Amino acid sequence: MVKHIIPETLSEALKYLYQGDFQIIAGGTDLMVQNRSWSETPVNFTKNMLYCFDLLELKGINVIDGRVEIGAMTTLETIMNHPGVPSLLCQAIGEMASPAIRHVATLAGNIGNASPAGDSLPVLILYDAWVELRNMAGFRMILLKDLIVGPRKTAMHPEEMIVKIVIPIHNFDFESYIKVGGRKADAIAKVSFAGAVEIEDDKIADIRLTFGAVGKTVIRNETAEGAWIGMTITELKTGIWRLIDMYNQLIQPIDDQRSNKYYRKTVAINLMKDFIDRL
Amino acid sequence: MAIIKFTLNHKQVIVNGDPNRRLLDVIRNDFNLKGLKEGCGEGECGACAVLINHQIVNSCLYVLANAEGKDIITIEGFAETKRFAVIKSAFETAGAVQCGFCTPGMIIATESLLNANPHPSEAEIKIGLSGNLCRCTGYNMIVEAVQIAMKAGEGLW
Repeated sequence: MVKHIIPETLSEALKYLYQGDFQIIAGGTDLMVQNRSWSETPVNFTKNMLYCFDLLELKGINVIDGRVEIGAMTTLETIMNHPGVPSLLCQAIGEMASPAIRHVATLAGNIGNASPAGDSLPVLILYDAWVELRNMAGFRMILLKDLIVGPRKTAMHPEEMIVKIVIPIHNFDFESYIKVGGRKADAIAKVSFAGAVEIEDDKIADIRLTFGAVGKTVIRNETAEGAWIGMTITELKTGIWRLIDMYNQLIQPIDDQRSNKYYRKTVAINLMKDFIDRL
Repeated sequence: MAIIKFTLNHKQVIVNGDPNRRLLDVIRNDFNLKGLKEGCGEGECGACAVLINHQIVNSCLYVLANAEGKDIITIEGFAETKRFAVIKSAFETAGAVQCGFCTPGMIIATESLLNANPHPSEAEIKIGLSGNLCRCTGYNMIVEAVQIAMKAGEGLW
């Protein structure tokens, strides 16, 4: 028999995580589908469940010293409507799911689920987001790109939980997020792309390009990005074939029920090309 | 087993049982409220929509454990309000009801939208209804119904 625990405080939740093997559930919009059973029967969770959605300590958003800190149990709708949250993330959330799901789903859930097609991930990784993990003994900060190590795999220890997502605020001159899916709302992405550029004295001071649903994890390559720092937009535009060559090698999508690798790769490269054309 | 307490259509209720049940099944089977339907069972169609703390939620994706302390309103509870009367009349005027399977969810979506934003644009209405599928109307009549309700119910939201 699996256990079902509804802790009242964060420290109580951490104690349970320390004592046994638990699956943390937040809003449940992914886990309820993944463990779906027959209609009218309880959901078929196979692990001990720790229901953390109502932990008040993990709800809320703070803007402090150039960063936004989002409590793990804050719903997507609350995040999307907060004036301090970067606009690209608000846009990704808006395209991620319908209002009914946004009222329940959380960013921490999207991260913990670690789907290659997780819609918030390309944007969070573009912003160099950090995740605060906590256990009974203390906490550690880990870059989101290091936390997600493969499809549905994270570097979290069993006794740890996500308590906060920390996004450094960065004012880019150009930014864009595009998701390609079968339906405007509630679709899982076939491909997604996020790009951002900062210009200083007519030169590229920062450029970031991320791709979702076209690899085991979000594709971002800081070496490929770094090669353009100090160059002008014109140089970037004339040298775009070099960028296309690089990402053609980096992007290795798969075939699945939603799309195929040829389509995914073509569209991913075209989205990047379109972003640079529009700079 | 667990004891979960919440408010259902303004009455305090207690459910004693598996906390991993879907709110959908609890409302339909334990309370015999059959206005909400199971369509897809995976959060894509909105036929099972309810209001939780006055926001639309898919009850097929909502686990009973998370219902503790919440204020939950189904179409049956909402049907007793003035706002409902306005929305009902608007749906009739616009011809926004055909087979009726999606209608309870569409009305819950309309209430959730107008409660948060009493004067939505057409684009905002479409976003507000984006989680609810209708296989009969082609949606235009439903968007129109929301516009009619918004004007007719001025001051109610």
